Amino acid sequence: MDSGIKTDPFVILKNAEMKRFIEKIIEGLLKLSGGVTSIVILLIVVFLFKEGVGLFGNSTIENGYVLSVNTSNPIDRLSPEQVKKIFDEEVTNWKEVGGPDEEIQVFRFEQIFDLYPEEELEGEKLSLRLNEEVAQNRGIIAFLPERYLLPSFKGKILKDERVSVSEFFFGKEWFPTSVPAAQFGMLPLLLGTLLVSFGAIAIALPFGLSVAIYLSEIAHPRVRKIFKPVIELLAGIPSVVYGFFGLVVVVPLIQKGFGLPVGETGLAGSLILAVMALPTIITVAEDAIRTTPRVMKEASLGLGATHWQTIWRVVLPYSVSGIMAAVVLGIGRAIGETMAVLMVTGNAAVMPTTLLEPVRTIPATIAAELGEAPAGSAHYESLFMLGCILFVLTLAISLSVEFISGKKRVNN
Amino acid sequence: MIAIALLLGSTLTQIQAQKIKGSDTCLPLTQKEAESYMKSNTKSMVTVTGGGSGVGISALIDGSTDIAMSSRRIKFDEKMKIQDAGKAVKEVIVAYDALAVVVNPQNKVNKLTREQLAEIFTGKIKNWKEVGGADLKIIPYSRETSSGTYEFFKTSVMKNKNYMNGIMSMPATGAIVQSVSQTPGAIGYIGLAYLNKNVKALSVSYDGGKKYVTPSVANAMNKTYPIVRPLYYYYLTKDQKKVMPFIDYVLSPVGQKIVSEIGYVPVK
Repeated sequence: MDSGIKTDPFVILKNAEMKRFIEKIIEGLLKLSGGVTSIVILLIVVFLFKEGVGLFGNSTIENGYVLSVNTSNPIDRLSPEQVKKIFDEEVTNWKEVGGPDEEIQVFRFEQIFDLYPEEELEGEKLSLRLNEEVAQNRGIIAFLPERYLLPSFKGKILKDERVSVSEFFFGKEWFPTSVPAAQFGMLPLLLGTLLVSFGAIAIALPFGLSVAIYLSEIAHPRVRKIFKPVIELLAGIPSVVYGFFGLVVVVPLIQKGFGLPVGETGLAGSLILAVMALPTIITVAEDAIRTTPRVMKEASLGLGATHWQTIWRVVLPYSVSGIMAAVVLGIGRAIGETMAVLMVTGNAAVMPTTLLEPVRTIPATIAAELGEAPAGSAHYESLFMLGCILFVLTLAISLSVEFISGKKRVNN
Repeated sequence: MIAIALLLGSTLTQIQAQKIKGSDTCLPLTQKEAESYMKSNTKSMVTVTGGGSGVGISALIDGSTDIAMSSRRIKFDEKMKIQDAGKAVKEVIVAYDALAVVVNPQNKVNKLTREQLAEIFTGKIKNWKEVGGADLKIIPYSRETSSGTYEFFKTSVMKNKNYMNGIMSMPATGAIVQSVSQTPGAIGYIGLAYLNKNVKALSVSYDGGKKYVTPSVANAMNKTYPIVRPLYYYYLTKDQKKVMPFIDYVLSPVGQKIVSEIGYVPVK
């Protein structure tokens, strides 16, 4: 017999089969987890859009309620904006909304309990009293629950106004909880989000790029060893801590520095977001710069170019697509950030004109309002629609990253 | 082993478990009450969670909580929903919460009427000189729309009118205190418990300026201070036996002492 080492061809074959079998299992597991993840993500997106699209066609008036006027009133529909102005007593005469010259008398359902004691409103009586109120006052506009209207109700019920696409995308007022008619104008929120995010990038880009160049080209390896972890540490700080720091330190500084009436501004948000986007920008840009082949740099230096000329003319042009990817990833980070922005921007839903005014962003709006929005209501669905918009924004950003890095491969 | 298992089994059956859910305003109070209640009644188990008044009441309707805490009265609709489900709901006031209107300590204005407050928060009055202060822009701070305090201030002070377009909205009362203390022209509203020396509380008049009252626990208790809201517990009548011991405890002198410690106004 030969040595004790197993050389039996059958055993070798068996081992190989075992190995192949295990490999198959691992392959299958990987495939499965990949498939499950993709399906889950797809389902989330479908869910998001399904809930969001429900907004259009939902009534701006709370479910189960109607707006009603006296039968002598020729008006039979009012836009949500007009309704809000009437109930805020900014419009006080019917002729301002195209009706007769008559004082508007606003009536909310709860007011019936001020007019009559509760015992006198039991059962049918409540409906009769409401009927009387609307029938007797010529200038009335009443906001009533549908269930208390008698079949013989002597008032004219205004046409139900649906949330329209143009109102949502181009409306300038965000009053999602205004009763009786909610306003869902998302334009100030979208502009606020974009303004704060691009402000952040404008601040973060020069700093991020200089740090990336310094770390990859100029810094001593020992310095780099200390700096890199410190910068990565920045990414580990919870965003709410940034927000708190912003509210207590950055906001008063901005208010005093610019002599503003209020310090919670878009600029405060941009500054905080810039700090938060820095680690992403620095890390990605530095990696891109470091991929410049040594040969190219040495060739440039060998031709007599200075270190700076080499960085400016050789290294940067070579890594420009990687730097672009860093910028776009930074923007993506800034657009989706919630907590820090919620705390420092003042969350005022106005059309932003400068960075020195309070703004309200989409993520902050969703975070602040979803908790109390009744499920299935127009408010709830409008928040999902905002989520869809945010999704489309970030999708566009990641597609452009893909496009930019794809272009680099072609160049090579 | 068997003895231990039996012992465990018997204690488990004796433990009275109940769930309380709802308003974040009531949350610190109820948590404190539950802690102290469980210390004196070792056999009972009370779990308290927040989420908002609306969340609590809908949990009560679908049966996932035994008591709903609410910083507003149950809405007519919600009551109807419970009736439609063939149940009846009971209401208990466990404490009062007073809202103080606060400004920056540098502000010279000391008092405002309800009408002036309403016009400030709807955006009609824009400068402090219109209400007897310095020539300074008014910056009103509000809570977010999801907060019960937002709705209460809107109903009580603004008589259901909407806040001005683009009002500053803060995610928490602490943030309002912070912002008002560092913004000269600011005005905001906070729970009495949050008052500190960094902000100045205003006296408020609800009778057109005849009588101004400063916000304080004493004034809230003798009902002279107007911006006060009750804090409610709601439960279904069929659960009465289960929840009454805890509610009685909250209403007892010991429980009401905790109410004052937290900074709310006791019922009795």
